[in-house]
Amino acid sequence: MAVLLLAEVNNGELALDATAKAVTAAKALGDVTVLAAGASAAAAGEAAAKIDGVSKVLVAEDPALGHRLAENTAALIVSLADGYEHIVAPATTDAKNVMPRVAALLDAMVISDVTAVVDGETFERPIYAGNAIQTVKSSDAKKVITFRTSTFDAAGEGGAAPVETIGGATDTGLASWVEDKVAESDRPELTSAGIVVSGGRGVGSEEDFKIIEALADKLGAAVGASRAAVDSGYAPNDWQVGQTGKVVAPELYIACGISGAIQHLAGMKDSKIIVAINKDEEAPIFQVADFGLVADLFQAVPELTEKLG
Amino acid sequence: MKVLVPVKRVIDYNVKVRVKADGTGVDLANVKMSMNPFDEIAVEEAIRLKEKGKADEIVVVSIGVKQAQETLRTALAMGADRAILVVAADDVHQDIEPLAVAKILAKVVEEEQPGLVIAGKQAIDNDMNATGQMLSALLGWSQATFASEVDIEGDTAKVTREVDGGLQTIAVKMPAIITADLRLNEPRYASLPNIMKAKKKPLDEKTAADYGVDVTPRLTVVSTKEPEARAAGIIVGSVDELVAKLKEAGAV
Repeated sequence: MAVLLLAEVNNGELALDATAKAVTAAKALGDVTVLAAGASAAAAGEAAAKIDGVSKVLVAEDPALGHRLAENTAALIVSLADGYEHIVAPATTDAKNVMPRVAALLDAMVISDVTAVVDGETFERPIYAGNAIQTVKSSDAKKVITFRTSTFDAAGEGGAAPVETIGGATDTGLASWVEDKVAESDRPELTSAGIVVSGGRGVGSEEDFKIIEALADKLGAAVGASRAAVDSGYAPNDWQVGQTGKVVAPELYIACGISGAIQHLAGMKDSKIIVAINKDEEAPIFQVADFGLVADLFQAVPELTEKLG
Repeated sequence: MKVLVPVKRVIDYNVKVRVKADGTGVDLANVKMSMNPFDEIAVEEAIRLKEKGKADEIVVVSIGVKQAQETLRTALAMGADRAILVVAADDVHQDIEPLAVAKILAKVVEEEQPGLVIAGKQAIDNDMNATGQMLSALLGWSQATFASEVDIEGDTAKVTREVDGGLQTIAVKMPAIITADLRLNEPRYASLPNIMKAKKKPLDEKTAADYGVDVTPRLTVVSTKEPEARAAGIIVGSVDELVAKLKEAGAV
């Protein structure tokens, strides 16, 4: 049994955490071959070869694969699909963009956001914003899967897999990249951070979001936000935690001024410890919080920042 | 240009779902159903394209049970011109998979020849996030997923996409599939007169068999269970107590 795993590569660099977590999930299915594809992917391929459990790395470098345009990337993956029973990737926006396209080209259903591998054809995945867990058994010859990384531990380093450079990329000419607007941040990446501090509508303004950021910086944490905070312009959209944003499961999640709507809980309720700070004691967030503090966040958050560390 | 918008009837986003005790699925009997929120955004975007003179007809299509015609009427009341209902399920509990939906939509596209398809990025029931991409693959069209801004000039759509690190802008060749993210627009409400007018707009009823598509699921649902409940937490009285608890738990 062989597994082809699409590595997460951004601007020539391997997103190690997401890829290593997907390797953990994929190892249960068979020998893992990692595909590093991009305009530059050699360094990412070398980094992937060091992940424990990877048996081979394929590097595909071609300008047509730059920015991981779905049309060209999917065509490459399909051209490699022979000999692999499972084609998998971490459930990032890149993979969510390309994997369903791969699946349809192979006439297979995609199995999105898998949280557990039962066996080679049976998988668990959350549905209804995480309010139900479904076990599904695939009857497809090839299984195309994205793994929800927050539920798997990252595979360690220590591998020494052979790296092979491959060609075969073609430009479908259907799409082209125009520009990126990347949010610059020195903080840990949201989906891999050990601690996340999030703010919601209760924070009230972009200016006041700085008290959330100050607490995060004190803890070496990533900053998250609810949809309300993003829609109101207090925080950029790539900070959004929830059903339609990012799904996180850190050791510690501190929710400040977040009521706890179903859609937000979908993105954070698997965190190890949840702390809620909210002045409304009826807020649904307190139902999932391990430690709740009913208080005005404008007093409690700065006080917490001062007393921690 | 004709714009095709697929819409799905799903459990209302505010409803807290209940898993059936026998583990066969989620209880959808007597539960409020609505248009999938991302599809409302897709319909709105199509209407805005028409208002800007970039689209001349909007066709909405829904696949599922007969009651999905309510969802289509809502889209018609928002401003869509015409609707197609493809009946493919007898029971509301039978969710047609994205692959089958994409195959039916591909046939509808073949028949209707739209210049653009705008879908939602995901349905809030199965959370698959796949139909748009699959349709695009089957048609050999370009795709622009998770769109937060769409600018159509001639035979090119410039689309800004919400990606993990921020925003990415791409240019795709038309015809194309665009899937709508939350921040693409604020969908309008249907006014009462428009709801009345929508009742007179054309709604064609078809079946999956009319399109020759087999809707047998590729993924058999073995079981559906409740997620593990969290242990009850405690309310602390002060920041000091919170800090003490977090240190005790080894969290900071």
